[in-house]
Amino acid sequence: MAEPFIKIENLSYTYEEEDANASPVLKELSLRIEKGEFVAVLGHNGSGKSTLAKLINMILLPTSGKIFVKGKDITIENMRDEELLELRKTVGMVFQNPDNQLVATVVEDDVAFGPENLGVPSRKIRERVDRVLRDVGMLEYAKHEPHRLSGGQKQRIAIAGVLAMLPECIIFDESTAMLDPLGRRDVMSAIEKLNREQGITVIMITHYMEEAAVADRIVVLDDGKMILDGTPSFVFEHEDRLRECGLAIPQGTELIHKLRRAGISLEGECVTLEDCADLIERSLENKGN
Amino acid sequence: MKGISFGQYYPARSPLHSLDPRVKIILTLLYIVCSFLCKNVLSYALLLLSALLLVALGRIPLRIVLRGLRGVLFVLAFTALLNVFWTSGEVLLFEWKFIKIYLEGIYSAVFIMIRIAALIIGTGMLMTYTTTPIALTNAIEDLLSPLKKLHVPVHTFAMMMTIALRFIPTLTEETDRIMTAQKARGADFSSGGLIARAKALIPVLIPLFVSAFNRAGDLATAMECRCYHGGEGRTRMNVRHMRFVDVIPLFLIVAFGAALIVFNILAIGYTL
Ligand SMILES: Nc1ncnc2c1ncn2[C@@H]1O[C@H](COP(=O)(O)OP(=O)(O)OP(=O)(O)O)[C@@H](O)[C@H]1O
Ligand SMILES: [Mg+2]
Repeated sequence: MAEPFIKIENLSYTYEEEDANASPVLKELSLRIEKGEFVAVLGHNGSGKSTLAKLINMILLPTSGKIFVKGKDITIENMRDEELLELRKTVGMVFQNPDNQLVATVVEDDVAFGPENLGVPSRKIRERVDRVLRDVGMLEYAKHEPHRLSGGQKQRIAIAGVLAMLPECIIFDESTAMLDPLGRRDVMSAIEKLNREQGITVIMITHYMEEAAVADRIVVLDDGKMILDGTPSFVFEHEDRLRECGLAIPQGTELIHKLRRAGISLEGECVTLEDCADLIERSLENKGN
Repeated sequence: MKGISFGQYYPARSPLHSLDPRVKIILTLLYIVCSFLCKNVLSYALLLLSALLLVALGRIPLRIVLRGLRGVLFVLAFTALLNVFWTSGEVLLFEWKFIKIYLEGIYSAVFIMIRIAALIIGTGMLMTYTTTPIALTNAIEDLLSPLKKLHVPVHTFAMMMTIALRFIPTLTEETDRIMTAQKARGADFSSGGLIARAKALIPVLIPLFVSAFNRAGDLATAMECRCYHGGEGRTRMNVRHMRFVDVIPLFLIVAFGAALIVFNILAIGYTL
């Protein structure tokens, strides 16, 4: 079997290692993520999602266990600077609060920040900045000041800033949590586009089931352990298990489950609201015949 | 507060706006030196003229520049008065009890007013009105970059400036929000004496500091994720190349300084 893009083995992490009573935030977690996958990570507050993201990006070092990115062990201490930069360039990260991740006072300068740090020649930076701003639909705002933009626009700038480093994988840590529905839709479609068109591996941490539904695969964390891993329709089957750890499945899916329990036969998968409408429509048509 | 724009930058198309910021900083320093070379009526007249010329070159409405002077009006008047009453000389104009006003006093009052006004207008026109804060920061980093050899953390300071500039509007907005929230809880910021008002600000400052530290932590992580590792091996998207037209003003200001020195030697007009 080929080496996966990210391989996590028996990963544990404790914030206060000196404190013997401190309980680990991640407990013996194992996970493989293939290149080009779109993985959503779900879990209630404090289940260790952000900690996992920071470990993959080497912001934190694990207490025990291993992480391999492209076959390379990234859990060694005293990693060489070039290797660290290479890792952070390969796996980019977009955070929750757009205000706290923009560095410069002009949009295009902010997008250029990553490539500038990597020492990319000036002319190449210019090309990249223009291209990634177009990719996220923000080219016309290149000369604007970030603090005057809307939340969704700021978040797309943050995505452009990561894209400008030419990453192979981007981790989104609740990047839509602070946005209004419109901003969330724009950012989500930008993320989907990156995954589908550019083949960038996406790891999306989220609280919104509707967003997780568009992923290829959902991983559910509870209390530092992985409790479910599979396609959205597989994960949504486990309604009770999800509820136990404080998560609710999308309303459409819940409705279909309820109808099934009431004895109505509805064939097929139901992940999104459209699926739900389709299933009901088909079932009604069948009745009509 | 959304519309807040920091500094005094006045966007326009003008020769001064398009001048290389590095040159503008050097010009500013030389302009300050020049202002101290003035010793007589002719050179002060020239200084005043040069300030007005800069305003014209920067294509900024005189009204805006004068508004910038309003803040120092008191200082200006105060120093002028001090000079009028305290300078003694040969030509006594007015005497009443212990107050003696000499012609020299009047001259030195006018001179000092011209000097302060020209300094404020000149440096404002060369830097703050016509250059964005970020361009200034980058220019200062460039100019000081030789100091990197002496291990002065020039890049770090420039980065700090940039981040401060970036976060001024964010934190201003936040202050606004916290004040509104505290008002909703019954806080009163506008009555009582100085001490009462200062005390009323504590419930604003504490959450503001907490949030600023949280933001700083988040930002540090985000910068690390974007491969920030200090100034070493860093490139810039916008590199400015010095053009010939950028150098011309340097010749002009040196000529200006030379003219002032010549006037001093010739001692044309009233000399202090
Ligand atoms: N810097 C830290 N020091 C100590 N404990 C921390 C730190 N950061 C997080 N924790 C703790 O680790 C646990 C997991 O935090 P983490 O941020 O990974 O959760 P999360 O799943 O991202 O939650 P959320 O949905 O709220 O973002 C929490 O109990 C939190 O209190
Ligand atoms: Mg989190």
